[in-house]
Amino acid sequence: MSRLSKYTPRKVQLGPNGERLKTSAMIASIAGVDQRTAPAPFGHALVELAKSRPEIVGMTADLSKYTDLFVFAKAYPERFYQMGMAEGVLMSAAAGMAREGFTPFVTTYAVFAARRAYDFICMAIAEENLDVKICCALPGLTTGYGPSHQATEDIAIFRGLPNMTIIDPCDALEIEQATHAIAAYKGPVYMRLLRGNVPLVLDEYGYTFELGKAKVVRDGRDVLVISSGLMTMRALEAAKALSADNVDVAVLHVPTIKPLDTETILREAGKGGRLVVVAENHTVVGGLGEAVAGTLLRAGVAPKFRQIGLPDEFLDAGALPTLHDRYGISTGAVIRQIKGWL
Amino acid sequence: MSHQNGISGGRHGAHGVNVSLEERAYRIRRLALRMGEVQGQGYIAQALGVADVLAVAYFHAMTYRPKDPEWEGRDRFLLSIGHYAIALYSALIEAEILPEDELETYGGDDSRLPMSGMAAYTPGMEITGGSLGHGLGIAIGFCLGLKAKKNPAFVYNLCSDGELDEGSTWEAALSAGSHKLDNLIAIVDVNQMQADGPSTAISNFEPLGPKFEAFGWYVERVDGNDIPALVAAFDRARNLKEARPRVIICDTKMAKGVPFLEARERNHFLRVEAEEWAEALDILDKARAVALQQGEA
Ligand SMILES: Cc1ncc(C[n+]2csc(CCOP(=O)(O)OP(=O)(O)O)c2C)c(N)n1
Repeated sequence: MSRLSKYTPRKVQLGPNGERLKTSAMIASIAGVDQRTAPAPFGHALVELAKSRPEIVGMTADLSKYTDLFVFAKAYPERFYQMGMAEGVLMSAAAGMAREGFTPFVTTYAVFAARRAYDFICMAIAEENLDVKICCALPGLTTGYGPSHQATEDIAIFRGLPNMTIIDPCDALEIEQATHAIAAYKGPVYMRLLRGNVPLVLDEYGYTFELGKAKVVRDGRDVLVISSGLMTMRALEAAKALSADNVDVAVLHVPTIKPLDTETILREAGKGGRLVVVAENHTVVGGLGEAVAGTLLRAGVAPKFRQIGLPDEFLDAGALPTLHDRYGISTGAVIRQIKGWL
Repeated sequence: MSHQNGISGGRHGAHGVNVSLEERAYRIRRLALRMGEVQGQGYIAQALGVADVLAVAYFHAMTYRPKDPEWEGRDRFLLSIGHYAIALYSALIEAEILPEDELETYGGDDSRLPMSGMAAYTPGMEITGGSLGHGLGIAIGFCLGLKAKKNPAFVYNLCSDGELDEGSTWEAALSAGSHKLDNLIAIVDVNQMQADGPSTAISNFEPLGPKFEAFGWYVERVDGNDIPALVAAFDRARNLKEARPRVIICDTKMAKGVPFLEARERNHFLRVEAEEWAEALDILDKARAVALQQGEA
């Protein structure tokens, strides 16, 4: 593709009802119009935790407002550290704080942790197995601002990092529970954050988060969707819609990407007769899909296997619903793909 | 067609010859507000704040050919701060590098004017910014390449005070000084605002001029909303005979020219009500009319 590949002049694009399509604001919620939501679940959970855990501190690189850490900063100003827009220093300083016995929860956008700060995370935090929780907003494709803010490969990057635990929570309930769980665990963690008004979905399913555990959120005969993060929400919506067409879809939610719950994955995928689809808000390269594929292949479990995920490309800018549809991770696109594979 | 040296903004073009820099800045602000209205929100305050700097850069200092944005002889203008794209698009429209009617597409699906500036999308957008702290390093490569080609063009890099927090900016500052890059003109927009609040409260980069000086740079610090002062600073930076990179530190006011937006405390990302856009444009128009009546060029 040429450097100037998008140079042809454009006309205004209008939506199906003639409305002007807009780039979703940086701070926009990913929630659907009539979805139930909870505000800033990460920030509120951290405040709750901090009451009994005086060693917990919050650190950010000029993004407390946009990662919901501001809630903690307001409640505990003396335990909040503004490190400036300097993601390298943020990680190095968090390592130093951890060495002095503190448990830093550090926030930035997923792209800046994974890309800019990687070496600092790798050598200062992970190699020494320090108790630092890296909690990052805008994971995968959750902003329409283009490649500078779309963390399409963050999981691939951190999967390659020894010692790093990786969490991709689905909704507000899970973010709250996972924040407590990663604080109870000693060691480095990378957690993907949804922020602002975060959809609330899993409470309907009587779900509880357990670190390292994959859970069947919904059972079904025909298809097994193995998913993480917001794709579990999409998979559940798709499953509801597909049941109207007599397609029975099970959803296995895998919020802990590393270490992977291979036992549950092998048990569910090995049941036989079901199409196995891994759905992730991440490039198809190096994420949950390939992690599951490797797990199955190594164990000699060979169901019909498909991947739903972002293409191996730098993605477009634009309105988030348009982009989710274009790249196959909207509910509609999930339904279409599954139907096509049956 | 290129700029003429001298203090007027007089460059030939459909928007007229001998258009004053004040008029250019006013038009850039207007275009930015109209684009802001398309999205209903955005980095409007930055655009209003930096409009005078862009007017002087594009209509006084820089050499370029509007119809040939890739012209080898052009001065390169790097927008390190991708989120300021709305400001640069306005200057590019005013410079007739982009067609004015395209502002209607700003931030829309498949537009050439995405909310964050990207090289592949927009004529005149030299680099993909947005991940902050890239521009100055890339500028060094442009400068080294131009020197190797014996091309006398300047490289301008517009960065923000927030980018002064990034280590990469200071790595580049040190490198530019070491390489004695006299074809590099960095512009720092010190608007005293970042995502989490006022810049020097986020990370104190002051005293800023002496830092660049210590790294081997020639330093100008000016009121970035004072056009004659900007013209003088750009002239001194361009005409300096010393083998040093140059930085023009511009102290600007967020939302300059629209008092009710200037007054908003957290104006890094502004939400503006539907009826307020017309009000803001009206304020600009009235202020411009008054300035013209008072006999300003
Ligand atoms: C490397 C990097 N870190 C964080 C961000 C998120 N971010 C976008 S704008 C911004 C504020 C930067 O300060 P500045 O450009 O001075 O802000 P402004 O003048 O626009 O208010 C931040 C932290 C980013 N785009 N790039």
